[in-house]
Amino acid sequence: MRYRNPEKRKADFKEVSLGLTERQAVKEAARCLQCKKPRCIAGCPVEIDIPKFISFVKEKDYLGGLRTIREFNMLPAICGRVCPQETQCQGMCILGKKSKPVSIGSIERFVADYEVSLGRIDLPDIKPSNGHKVAVIGSGPAGLTVAADLAKLGYDITVFEALHEAGGVLAYGIPEFRLPKKTIQREIEFVKGLGVRILLNRVIGKTQTIDEFFNDGFKAIFIGVGAGAPKYLGIPGENLNNVYFASEFLTRVNLMKAHHFPVYDTPVKKARKVAVIGGGNVAMDSARTALRLGAERVYIVYRRSERELPSRHEEIENAKEEGIRFRFLSDPRVILGNDAGWVRAIRCEKMRLSDPDESGRKRPEPTGKEFTISVDQVIMAIGQTSNPILVRSIKGLKLWGDGYIGIDREGRTNLKGIFAGGDISTGAATVISAMGAGKRAARSIDEYIMGR
Amino acid sequence: MKKQTIAPEVDMMVVNAPLIANHAKAGNFVVMRLHEKGERIPLTIADSNKDAGTITLLFQKTGKTTEELGMLNSGDEIRDIAGPLGHPTPVKKYGHCVLVGGGIGVATLYPILKALKARNNKVTAILGARTKELLVWEENFREFSNEVLVATDDGSYGRKGLVTDALKDIIDHRSVALVIAVGPIRMMQAVSELTRPYGIKTMVSLNPIMVEGTGMCGACRVNVAGKTRFACIEGPEFDGHEVDFNGLGSRLVFYKKEEEVSLKRFKRKCKK
Ligand SMILES: Cc1cc2nc3c(=O)[nH]c(=O)nc-3n(C[C@H](O)[C@H](O)[C@H](O)COP(=O)(O)OP(=O)(O)OC[C@H]3O[C@@H](n4cnc5c(N)ncnc54)[C@H](O)[C@@H]3O)c2cc1C
Ligand code: FES
Repeated sequence: MRYRNPEKRKADFKEVSLGLTERQAVKEAARCLQCKKPRCIAGCPVEIDIPKFISFVKEKDYLGGLRTIREFNMLPAICGRVCPQETQCQGMCILGKKSKPVSIGSIERFVADYEVSLGRIDLPDIKPSNGHKVAVIGSGPAGLTVAADLAKLGYDITVFEALHEAGGVLAYGIPEFRLPKKTIQREIEFVKGLGVRILLNRVIGKTQTIDEFFNDGFKAIFIGVGAGAPKYLGIPGENLNNVYFASEFLTRVNLMKAHHFPVYDTPVKKARKVAVIGGGNVAMDSARTALRLGAERVYIVYRRSERELPSRHEEIENAKEEGIRFRFLSDPRVILGNDAGWVRAIRCEKMRLSDPDESGRKRPEPTGKEFTISVDQVIMAIGQTSNPILVRSIKGLKLWGDGYIGIDREGRTNLKGIFAGGDISTGAATVISAMGAGKRAARSIDEYIMGR
Repeated sequence: MKKQTIAPEVDMMVVNAPLIANHAKAGNFVVMRLHEKGERIPLTIADSNKDAGTITLLFQKTGKTTEELGMLNSGDEIRDIAGPLGHPTPVKKYGHCVLVGGGIGVATLYPILKALKARNNKVTAILGARTKELLVWEENFREFSNEVLVATDDGSYGRKGLVTDALKDIIDHRSVALVIAVGPIRMMQAVSELTRPYGIKTMVSLNPIMVEGTGMCGACRVNVAGKTRFACIEGPEFDGHEVDFNGLGSRLVFYKKEEEVSLKRFKRKCKK
């Protein structure tokens, strides 16, 4: 994979990774052993026929490869860029045992981008309309997948989205330098091309209700409202000025384009020294966004050690190259402010890792040693929980944990005609797992309506 | 959309939004964005009409987006508008309620007034403004309230002084079950401090900075009774005796500099 020079790329929001050249893609595809019992497929949450799509690429039939992927996955340009391949398909690749696994994600991205370069979209066959209406709530990867799969089967699909833009986390969370907006827009155009209607600014549970949908003739409802609500640490100083939740910080930049203020109306505070708390994708994205807004120093403050960082590997490497500083085994205790109520520093406790517990996990334990980092901005990226509005509006819906929707393996909730999936039923997870949940739910919605 | 200026710097707008009108309740607001480059701003639903499918918004031109909104003409469209958002005002039979409105705060109080009257409460409204011509919607309040008192800072209309003076007179002499105050933050704080020793339940409607307004970002967080609460889904109304007004005040000026930059830039562009 080719990357832009770190010094150059950290000054703008353009995509960091340039993908494979045609020659690299074909060469990489040729490394695939075409295993009889491919382990990579088992590692893919939507079970793409990986050896098959790769064999097309090897023969330079890139659109053939793309068509194969799209039988399983509607959003290849996105997944090729953001999936944690190292723990999924590539993590299972047999070549990885001795040397490097096949770069499946990069090849996937290559074929998707190849189609873009031709300026066309190949739509799959769509069955004739069966006249049944299905409502999909939330336009993230879960919702878009349900919508696309059912549209192909001939259903009349309407997606209802609360925000003014479709895409869920893809639109408001993941930054441009990792997932360009035009890539998302194209994938959404593809879904619309299947006949899916997307209605924006509809906060379901407020603007319209589930009961109204059933009265309006919708036969089934899929809920994919995600888990974007920020968790907080509960330490003193969290409400000081210039303490952001990652959700707000990223939304201002990605959805509202605050990095173009004042050309765009929404501002975001630029800071000199920034501490980002957390170690997942959201933390990496926040840190690298802060850097691009002009910060001189950006720290990632993480409770555990480098090995436990839950973020995609590639992004950790990219972040390091760009000069993000990591403070491992550090747990924030207090955010300190000045007299005017603005952040001036963050005090942390040094941690150490315990011996593994029964589950094999090492827990961070306090050491009693504290240290202070002087910063003028703190971004909290310690996790998200369920989006509450819709879930709370449905009487009798079975929930678990922090307001997540309880579903069975086929995406059914305890209520008739109501299905769910993605982050709202699992807690914050991945794009591809949300899509997997969407595929299963689409299958059971079809069975439910057709009375099978 | 239809628009009309009802006081200096204050416009009223009737927006065609049947889905929002259908579910709008007292205490609800909308979030709107005017154009591709616009910011999302919250505005209280000051009135709604299910049959006509319209909602009414009042706004004071204090910043770039409200100035821009004020330049729209009847017939224009608003690009994005979402709602009704927020937790509706809990309305039941309380007895004697006093509504205290400062400036544009009357927009929030008006639907509350109507809802309280529909549940047979006795309502006294105290409306405050700096000067007579800034007082809005007095007639609307007279139509529904049992009694309306007006206070102006300069004494140009009603009694001279603050709304808290008028409120004190009432709670010293009559029994009051509930006070709801909506207006500038210092006014809501003063009302809450006034009623605290009397033990009168006092609700205030907060106006923190918001982004999407659906509980997903945390921009609107306020400290209430020592806990972090999101005003867009758990509020915007909270118990005035529990709100950390100073914290809210400090967060409200967080983007002051940027707001000035934005407004100046806009005015410069308008002149051209
Ligand atoms: C910053 C960030 C970076 C990430 N990076 C990666 C990554 O690199 N790789 C990866 O695999 N995963 C990543 N993730 C996780 C991934 O994005 C999510 O797991 C995935 O988007 C979940 O999809 P979803 O469809 O369940 O929900 P979402 O994408 O959250 O979409 C839900 C949608 O529903 C809408 N909605 C909510 N309430 C309502 C309502 N009442 N009415 C109508 N609409 C409503 C929301 O506005 C939203 O658009 C990242 C997440 C974040 C926040
Ligand atoms: S405005 Fe974003 S959570 Fe309230």
